[in-house]
Amino acid sequence: MSIPTELKYTKDHEWVRDLGDGTALVGITDYAQNNLGDVTFVELPKPGANLSAGATFGVVESVKAASDLYAPIDGEVLEVNAVLDSEPEKVNQDPYGDGWMIKLKFVGADALAGLLDAGAYEQLCHG
Amino acid sequence: MTIGRRTPLHGCHSGLGARFVDFAGWEMPVFYAGIIPEHRAVRSAAGLFDVSHMGEAVVRGERAGAFLDHVLTNSISGLAPGRVIYSPMCVEDGGAIDDLLVYRRPGGDWLLCLNASNTGTDLDWLRERAGPFGVEVEDQSAETALLALQGPKAAEILSKAGAESLEALFYYHCEERRVAGVDCLLSRTGYTGEDGFELFCGSGHAAGLWETLLRAGEPLGLVPAGLGARDSLRLEAGMPLYGHELSREITPVQAGLGWTVKLRKPGGFVGRDALEREKRDGPARRVIHFHTADRRILRPDTQVLEGDQAVGRVLSGTFSPVLEVAIGSALVAAPAADRPLAADVRGNRVAVNRIRPPFVPHRVYRPPS
Repeated sequence: MSIPTELKYTKDHEWVRDLGDGTALVGITDYAQNNLGDVTFVELPKPGANLSAGATFGVVESVKAASDLYAPIDGEVLEVNAVLDSEPEKVNQDPYGDGWMIKLKFVGADALAGLLDAGAYEQLCHG
Repeated sequence: MTIGRRTPLHGCHSGLGARFVDFAGWEMPVFYAGIIPEHRAVRSAAGLFDVSHMGEAVVRGERAGAFLDHVLTNSISGLAPGRVIYSPMCVEDGGAIDDLLVYRRPGGDWLLCLNASNTGTDLDWLRERAGPFGVEVEDQSAETALLALQGPKAAEILSKAGAESLEALFYYHCEERRVAGVDCLLSRTGYTGEDGFELFCGSGHAAGLWETLLRAGEPLGLVPAGLGARDSLRLEAGMPLYGHELSREITPVQAGLGWTVKLRKPGGFVGRDALEREKRDGPARRVIHFHTADRRILRPDTQVLEGDQAVGRVLSGTFSPVLEVAIGSALVAAPAADRPLAADVRGNRVAVNRIRPPFVPHRVYRPPS
């Protein structure tokens, strides 16, 4: 199971990649995709939507179940990964790369401060 | 935490990295590499399934055929040795307590293959009714394993594993065979819509047979396949799953299985009056099959709508790896069955497009006509 050290995480198994310009990419972790099994559908918000940390922003479906996606931080959706419409399997194949889900614009330098680092997230997965 | 019952192949599954799920009290592999790749492998090459959780009952006695005609809706007693038949088993009101395959073994004995979730109920039900017929019902579930080898390459794989002249064994026929040194009841049946075989063998021989088949099939694209792919394959093939399309509440006539209800067989059978009435008057509700235009799966119990009115509910739903859309079955009020239907998925209205099953054509091995 892969947990890249440069990313931040939530207890709901989303990852956040700080792009350094006040924006971040969000997706679900390798652990999450592995537990869901083959992803068949990803439902994402429209660009421009404003999300609050902890609120549902979409749904990821596998053959087994539909699971909610939770916003890791407050922010505005700048972009969604439209490739997932036709190739949702990217979430399984490359959860931290081509399987990204939304790009968020956030406000404030400490917006990501409440997230878990890789070590804390790994403990959560094994706990 | 309760540990589920395990089949004799549990260790093989663990070694292959299976993900397990509880199914009717059994700890069963749901997938190895993934439900979708396993599903595709069965459609394009072959898959090997462990279905040893299913129950086996042997019925013996001079009047065994008459007994089975009495408890099952299909016409059983005329079945020739070496043939297999599908039948629901119903209660008086026409509701089903199980659906099963009956194998007339070449020696003449009758073998019933029962759903794991119903095996206990079925055995009680059968034994309570066996007395007047003087037949014996023996539970052989514990000592019997069942492997299913399914897919267009199944026959080639089985012959590589040492089973010769399979060309004479047609769909819904069975033979006693030694396969890779193991005594089997070999049956050309399955739950996928593809050509394939089911192999009953003694529990102690199952692991050896599993390994031999996997090794023989690997170069031909055979993969181990779990219950996840078994479910999506059977739904694509339009086959019912007990507890979903057929149940105590859903009769065979409602399920579209009227062809398995033989009203004219002599002696009558349990459930006959109710099922005859339903066939004559038409069922009040029907099981339909549908696909949607996109990938959102309609999960069981989702309401089915005609306009804004609920007219039924989803029974099974999955993603079809072949059609690449969501497919499923639903129970709807009979008058609504032919009208435009829809469902609400998280605020999105989705058209429920009725389709006559199967979703994917069957490719079974029948005698030349």
